[in-house]
Amino acid sequence: MTGELGQLALCLALALSLVQAFSGFTGASRGSVRLMAMGRGAALGSFVFIALAFFTLMYAYVTSDFSVMAVAENSHTAKPLIYKISGVWGNHEGSMILWLLILGIYSAAIAMTQPTDNPANAELGARALGVQALIAVAFLVFVLLTSDPFERFYPPPFEGNGLNPLLQDPGLAFHPPLLYLGYVGLSAAFSFAAAALLDKRNDAAWVRRARPFATAAWTALTLGIAAGSWWAYYTLGWGGFWFWDPVENASLMPWLIATALIHSMMATERTGAFKSWTLLLAIAAFSFSLIGTFLVRSGVLNSVHSFANDPRRGLFILMILFVAITAPLVLFAWRAPKLSPGAPFDLVSRETGIMTNNLLLTASAATILTGTLYPLVLDAAEGIKISVGPPYFTATVVPMLGLLALVMPLGPITLWRRGNWRTTLYALRYAMAAALVAGVALLAIARPAPALGLITVMLGVWLIAGSITDLARRAGSWRRVRLLPSGAWSVALAHAGLGVVALGCVGATMWRSESIRVLAPGQTMNIAGYTLRLDGTEKVQGPNYFADRAAITVMAGGKTVTVVHPEKRSYPVEQTVTTNSSIRTTVVSDLYVVLGDARQNGGWVVSAYVFPAAPFIWLGAVIMALAGFIALGARVASKVRAGRIAAAAVSEPAE
Amino acid sequence: MTPKKQRRLAFAITLLLAGGGAAALAVYALQDNILFFYSPSDIAAHPEKVPEGRAFRIGGLVEKGSVKRDRGLEVHFVVTDGKNAVPVDYSGVLPDLFREGQGVVAMGTRSNSGVFLAREVLAKHDEKYMPPEVVDALKRSGHWQEGQGGPGSS
Repeated sequence: MTGELGQLALCLALALSLVQAFSGFTGASRGSVRLMAMGRGAALGSFVFIALAFFTLMYAYVTSDFSVMAVAENSHTAKPLIYKISGVWGNHEGSMILWLLILGIYSAAIAMTQPTDNPANAELGARALGVQALIAVAFLVFVLLTSDPFERFYPPPFEGNGLNPLLQDPGLAFHPPLLYLGYVGLSAAFSFAAAALLDKRNDAAWVRRARPFATAAWTALTLGIAAGSWWAYYTLGWGGFWFWDPVENASLMPWLIATALIHSMMATERTGAFKSWTLLLAIAAFSFSLIGTFLVRSGVLNSVHSFANDPRRGLFILMILFVAITAPLVLFAWRAPKLSPGAPFDLVSRETGIMTNNLLLTASAATILTGTLYPLVLDAAEGIKISVGPPYFTATVVPMLGLLALVMPLGPITLWRRGNWRTTLYALRYAMAAALVAGVALLAIARPAPALGLITVMLGVWLIAGSITDLARRAGSWRRVRLLPSGAWSVALAHAGLGVVALGCVGATMWRSESIRVLAPGQTMNIAGYTLRLDGTEKVQGPNYFADRAAITVMAGGKTVTVVHPEKRSYPVEQTVTTNSSIRTTVVSDLYVVLGDARQNGGWVVSAYVFPAAPFIWLGAVIMALAGFIALGARVASKVRAGRIAAAAVSEPAE
Repeated sequence: MTPKKQRRLAFAITLLLAGGGAAALAVYALQDNILFFYSPSDIAAHPEKVPEGRAFRIGGLVEKGSVKRDRGLEVHFVVTDGKNAVPVDYSGVLPDLFREGQGVVAMGTRSNSGVFLAREVLAKHDEKYMPPEVVDALKRSGHWQEGQGGPGSS
């Protein structure tokens, strides 16, 4: 029964989305307050029904209702509850429902925050909701026709197939929802941009409405990518945190464009510069999200992310992608000549900094797209199978991002419209000194000291010191740092966070140590100042797996530091083996121990790695996300304040 | 030229230079960093295509009974597509899903004795999964059985 309820809810959501699209567009063009209110109501209603469908599906997973095919294929009664819940989005059908749910959340948020005080604002919001509704319709039809999560299975099996054990991990519980909050959040910026293009008025009002959504999407995307990389780091068993895998690229490209977008929006809102460019970026950002969805969901790529390959699905998403990219671009081409030109600025100004940022970020995204699509194109055109490996991406994207890091601290210090390069460089003299000192110190102590490593460390320090300089300069004195506006904090934290990420990445790749040995119980191995002794292994049983668990004593300087327990797990239901590494972190470095396979003489392969600064990668990402939360919090707070002032104005007698 | 036009021109030139630079970098990097995929039969048919020392990827099934582990870290196995087979040497920890009779893709170089020296062995999916290149190689060698499991069945 629950399955049918879910299906019905999806159909109702589809009907309400059609209403939302119609009343949004018609209401806006006729200026009908009633129709526009109806559009907002339909957005809320459609969200409620999608949520109902989502929770119905979750209920089927939690109660192990194997008469629902998706549940039978992806769940199992012996699975812990958290993985029954996260299993909802651990497969194609469920992940599309999550996608729709998040689209519904953003539409509802647009509807609820929509100011109706002036007609221009109300019409902009109504059209944006109309565009959101069209996206929802496309994906609801996609789900209902090609990936029905509630499809029945008769007769229901006694037990389910289980979930890929690699995905049975707390990381998976957070990674997809965060990533989708980012991907789909970019739809809000896209919808406002499309609404602005449809609007006869021509100003930057849409940027004011779209900016908080873009910031929210960027923040979620940052956390989602970080969660995915963290998950790969500790589950895949060799400490890699970024593989330039096509699916990772699919999430990095929207992030790069979204980063460009939030910067360009800042300039458009503040000074009116880059008006057309910001529109174009908002369209591009969501297009890249859709390209990501297409690459992952169509099965043109094969990886742990593409759950199933059904050419019908790929074709359908390709069609959505085509319409979603071309329609706004045609609209843009038609409207762009009528747009008023962006506000002028000098060569030395914060706008120039933002322009440089945008050029480098979009060029990086384009380069990644080239490397990701090239194998697909070559295979389709000539049947030649190739793969483009990490060296391509490190050779192209890393230098561009390095250049970006070089100019990043200059931006916030330079004035809008008309800056002075002497003042900017002089203000940053201590940051430059800090970067130089870091480089020289590293050259003196680090062995080996590769040039790329040195440059990256200097850039990381430059970013962090540049942010501190910016805060100090704005505050004037230490006591006033607390009083700085939140905008200054979010810029400084976002830039410093990237510096911390850079330090983590370079430490974990350039200065890693690695040692692999076959150890019999009692034997030891050495790595980077640690001595590891295999004490023995034992068989243990988990809720849905069996494991060999090793006890390895970690010693440093003759003293026992800790005992680590890496495991090799075997999942009988899924017939899969996973490696559970053991990580001992000191925040400035990780000791990473993996239990390999058993050898005939009673020995075990043990690999150990030391990754200096590795935790900084995720720490930095969290700092960047914090910057996003601060920016969002400031927006909400100012909304609340404005609301109070308005309320106070109303309650006072108007005499 | 008015200052506005000047600025536009400067912007257009910067954009072109940045785009051109990025494109040149991309093409240059692509030339050096693409990895070709060959099946054991490809190598048997055109050994001249795979010069010694150049890295490429090889794929097929791990031949049953071919996996030999030394006391140390070395592992030897044979990759086959049913028609031809290539011996592979690897040193290190094999992926969790590496098993005899299963699909595998390895990245490395070929020694002058014809042994493939693997730098990386990939078999990262579940037991039903078969890398698409391997499916293709098996189909071409005529050893593909429908229902064997491949993209689409997992």
